Amino acid sequence: MSTITGAQALITALEHEGVDVVFGVPGGAILPAYDPLHDSPIRHILARHEQGAGHMAEGYAWATGRVGVAMATSGPGATNLVTPLADALMDSVPIVAITGQVPTSSVGNDAFQEAYTTGITMPATKHNYFVTDVDEIPQVVREAFHIASTGRPGPVLIDLPKNVLTATTTWHEPGEISLAGYKPTVDGHPRRVKEAVDLIAEAQRPVLYVGGGIIKANASAELRRFAELVNVPVTTTLMGRGAFPDDHRLSLGMPGMHGTYTAITALQKADLLIAIGVRFDDRVTGKVDTFAPHAKVIHVDVDPAEIGKVRTADVPIVGDARRILTQLIEAWAGRETPDRHPWLDTIAAWKRDYPLRYDQQPDGPIKPQFVIEELYRLTDGDATLVAGVGQHQMWASQFWRFSDPRRWINSGGLGTMGFAIPAAIGAKVGRPDDLVYAIDGDGSFQMTLQELITAASEGIPVKVAVFNNRSYGMVTQWQKLFYGGKLSASVLGDDVDYVKIAEGLGCAGLRAETPDEVAPTLEKSLAIDDRPVVVELVVDPDEMVFPMVPAGASNDEVILGPDDLGSLP
Amino acid sequence: MKHTLSVLVEDRPGVLARVASLLARRGFNIHSLAVGPTAEPGMSRMTIVVDAPELEQVKKQLHKLVNVVRITELDPATALEREIMLVRVAAPAGRRGEVLEIASIFKATAVDVGPSSMCFQISGTPAKINDFLDLIRPYGIVDLVKSGRIAMAREQKTKPGRLRAVN
Repeated sequence: MSTITGAQALITALEHEGVDVVFGVPGGAILPAYDPLHDSPIRHILARHEQGAGHMAEGYAWATGRVGVAMATSGPGATNLVTPLADALMDSVPIVAITGQVPTSSVGNDAFQEAYTTGITMPATKHNYFVTDVDEIPQVVREAFHIASTGRPGPVLIDLPKNVLTATTTWHEPGEISLAGYKPTVDGHPRRVKEAVDLIAEAQRPVLYVGGGIIKANASAELRRFAELVNVPVTTTLMGRGAFPDDHRLSLGMPGMHGTYTAITALQKADLLIAIGVRFDDRVTGKVDTFAPHAKVIHVDVDPAEIGKVRTADVPIVGDARRILTQLIEAWAGRETPDRHPWLDTIAAWKRDYPLRYDQQPDGPIKPQFVIEELYRLTDGDATLVAGVGQHQMWASQFWRFSDPRRWINSGGLGTMGFAIPAAIGAKVGRPDDLVYAIDGDGSFQMTLQELITAASEGIPVKVAVFNNRSYGMVTQWQKLFYGGKLSASVLGDDVDYVKIAEGLGCAGLRAETPDEVAPTLEKSLAIDDRPVVVELVVDPDEMVFPMVPAGASNDEVILGPDDLGSLP
Repeated sequence: MKHTLSVLVEDRPGVLARVASLLARRGFNIHSLAVGPTAEPGMSRMTIVVDAPELEQVKKQLHKLVNVVRITELDPATALEREIMLVRVAAPAGRRGEVLEIASIFKATAVDVGPSSMCFQISGTPAKINDFLDLIRPYGIVDLVKSGRIAMAREQKTKPGRLRAVN
């Protein structure tokens, strides 16, 4: 058997896992791995910052459902990965991060570029490995991919000291995965499934409250079948947008702090929540004590720790969302589809009376919502949208009409500004034939804009719309609403030329300053396909995101718009 | 409210840090923690006494750790719980007799005697050890160290269900 290095074992193991791309930044301790990587069919995409590499791996995983891979060196390379790891943990994104480490003889000696990577990332990963035996590399890689992609997906990190990468070994074919403490439940308990079906049959005002778990489990088709079968309206959380088509008659839109009045209120009035792949996040529930006060709860999740964490479940079902939806459909067999008339009529009335709205004056400043709607119109909605974090993210989620899963990518749980550009790059690499449009704010954009260099130099033609309101818009919104209008440290006020930035980084740069320029500028952006495009949209800095439920308030207190602010405490 | 958890973990580097970090991160206070090998190779047992209003979340969160194999909540009323303590008591020659008398009632063993103090070793239930401490405290405790609680379920006789494994 031929002798190989640990680094060669690593790259071979990655190839065996079907990895086709690695996003990374090289450096001293990881250099041995970059040598065989150069000769491998695996494509390496050189990010300009490790945080970018991590978010690219996330974007790739979101878009494809496969495990994204990021690589970085020891010390600052690894610490720069912490934000994407924490992001992936919060949003259950399957990524594997590979970091170099100082040689084992130097570990603990404050060596150059040493950081205690496994310690630092322990609370930011689903699991991590510090490998000291070169023979273990193939098995560790196999386990890491298994843990990242099964159960509730999440980030796994493998820390590899330089001497382990350079040590020689022979190829050790990974064996069966046998992890005594890791056996995710897939099938729902049949008795619980039956109890759930009985509750659904009895309910007068049921709501399907679904989230990212549907997308992770590839359960959208089953969800649609089930929703139609039991005739229950569906609200999709920020993480679950696209899990159910927005144009469907049973769709309620997004719930929560900036959700639709209909979704928020339907949950408040419901007598049964069928919660699937959701975690009763504070951005959805508002004040927990007053959330959906009349509802019994069926809670389906692959992570048992989510069940009962925030809200007690009357019927808890642990398992894979797709499998359990199939079980629910089977268990419903023989029953008639209820007409649910009074309930669906009430919902239709809310939809009619309280639609999402904004006011675009032809000669006024550009309203961000108008841009989203124009982009939707010009693309027929046939695009993957990737958002940063802030107002623009909420407007994109509200005003785009999602129809497919994995075509809405954003940072939900951690709320990582700067997510959009690198995640869009990762998504475009994973699905090169898809139109990938990042919707970014100027604040978010400034946090990771160097990754446009990556996009340009690697030939990844993403498009980035920058909603420029010269401020951290969501911060100013809160300051206007809750801090007496004192705009402390939130107005950027800078005179940045985004067109020049784009051009300087090898991208096309476009700008729209008036409403009538929006459509032609977006059209131009869609016509450019030989390089990345940045479109600056100078938008109304005073526009706020509505509806809004103030943080910590009850979901009975929805502020519908600026003229409704009198109700603020 | 204090709860005793018996946690079977894989004997891997860092597993103690993972468990301790998780409990801290989720806001659970560790009252005591004892860890040692088991009869099964590659497995260690942690006995963790945590202060938490309810245990369901602690158990579920611990279970998410890949190296945690099994968690058993022990009912203090029926489980075997033991601690060991070394305690140095101020006991000049004239008072040694009194101190030794108390010690003998509790089956504490004198393991070191000096001119001004005596050191005792005592093992037993946490209640017994606390009772002993209360009685010798007036003499002046110079130094004290406890092992942390270890615990094991009794063999089930008539009442199943006291032992609840979480999965």
